[in-house]
Amino acid sequence: MKLYFKYFSIALRCQMQHKASFWMSLAGQFLTSFSAFLSIYFLMSIINSVNGFSFSEVLICYSVVLMSISLAECFFRGFDAFAGMLGGGEFDRIMVRPRGLIFQVIGSKIDLTRLGRLFQAIAVFVYALYTCEIAWELEKVIVLVLMILSGTAVFAGLFVIYAALCFFTTESLEFMNIFTDGGREFGRYPFGIYGEDILRFLTFCVPLALFQYYPLLYLLGRSDLLLHKLSPIFAFLFLIPCYFIWRIGVRHYKSTGS
Amino acid sequence: MKKYVSFFKISFSGTIQYRGAAVAGIITQLFWGFMEIMLFRAFYEADSSAFPMEFSALCSYIWLQQAFLTLFMIWFFDLKIFKQIQDGGIGYELARPLELYDMWFAGNAAQRMAKATLRCFPVLLVASLLPEPYGLLAPSSVGSFLVFLVSLFLAFLTVLAFCMLVYITTFYTLSPYGVRIIVTSVTELLTGALIPIPFLPDWMQEILRFTPFYSMQNLPYRIYSEDIWGTEAALAIVLQLIWVFILIGFGKLWMKRALKRVVIQGG
Repeated sequence: MKLYFKYFSIALRCQMQHKASFWMSLAGQFLTSFSAFLSIYFLMSIINSVNGFSFSEVLICYSVVLMSISLAECFFRGFDAFAGMLGGGEFDRIMVRPRGLIFQVIGSKIDLTRLGRLFQAIAVFVYALYTCEIAWELEKVIVLVLMILSGTAVFAGLFVIYAALCFFTTESLEFMNIFTDGGREFGRYPFGIYGEDILRFLTFCVPLALFQYYPLLYLLGRSDLLLHKLSPIFAFLFLIPCYFIWRIGVRHYKSTGS
Repeated sequence: MKKYVSFFKISFSGTIQYRGAAVAGIITQLFWGFMEIMLFRAFYEADSSAFPMEFSALCSYIWLQQAFLTLFMIWFFDLKIFKQIQDGGIGYELARPLELYDMWFAGNAAQRMAKATLRCFPVLLVASLLPEPYGLLAPSSVGSFLVFLVSLFLAFLTVLAFCMLVYITTFYTLSPYGVRIIVTSVTELLTGALIPIPFLPDWMQEILRFTPFYSMQNLPYRIYSEDIWGTEAALAIVLQLIWVFILIGFGKLWMKRALKRVVIQGG
């Protein structure tokens, strides 16, 4: 843990070296998803609700997903940018050090500019919570926090799978964006509105709906099922297969020799 | 002219090598179009009369958008150009007996067209095989299809000329990041890439009519489904032509001024 803080402070100081660029990137990240926010606003002002979800309820989805992916991109960027690490031979160096591989990959890249998007998500989140009518109680607050944390875990897991696939090929891996960028883009709305089949896929294959749609139903009082309440916890289980895929990848690794 | 044509050919054949990336791109595009249509279906189920476009026309719009994405995505820039400006490689480029503007323009056109050539046909094919109303409709008439093609080409030129302005600003700011990210974010909404322009509020549409953004992907796709047709389409195409001339003329002038005071960075 102490070592992680070392990594963190190195990343912070390193990125603060170019102050203007850092703040500009931060502001840029803040702006990027603003258009997406406006597009929701315009669509939702034509009709007031979609599948029974109001504007502020949609915004809960939007902000939870955006917070999750921003946190994942900030702290697990090492996996997201893994192709470069393999190509540059940096991974060889990591393998000879007496620390866990995963830990070092995580520590090697912490991209703080992604927090710009996090701030925007938080602003929208506060607005959404303020305007939507949820009868708050302790359990619901816990579920809400778990939604964000498990969302971060699911996106991080997707990055790990991406990195593991890099051991085999670096070509055509663009398709992984379907789940990460796609999750961000289409997770702006509750996943239930895309139809039964897609919802099933996002529950059992790539569990994006587990941290967004089901707990939302519980928060809004539309469902009392224990399963829906606990679904963010199940989302964490996604990390187990991710870990094994990663292990297979590492075992398959042959250095590029550069 | 011949020089630029061969430059175009080199960039084109250089880009078209990346078949693996194109396969991934096609899968992504198909998925994206599909999800987008499912999303709008939920909206139309709530109240289909509230929306300014027929659902089937909207689906055609989405599929065309996915098929020709690489022609019109404003966020795609040739990173080599930014790098040249930053690290001084531009010095070599200036030493060539070529107009820098024309060369960049040709290079960008080639890259985008090569990507589109690889990607558009599979997407169009799959989209036209889908059942109504989810698929791509056949063009309404031969006439409107020809107008669509003309408008598609002019929209492409408009996007290219607009992107050139972003390259030129890098002569002043050096770091391309700030301008690029702002341009990307704003144009996604204003060109109708996120949601078609008719879905935007009226006051915004009125303003957009007087901007080049209206002449980009919005126009050809709407002409295709005859959302815009007749005199309105003819006027819109004249407007596209005007924007192409203004943007290219302005870009060339600005580039000349920028190059006068250019400082070659480093060695």
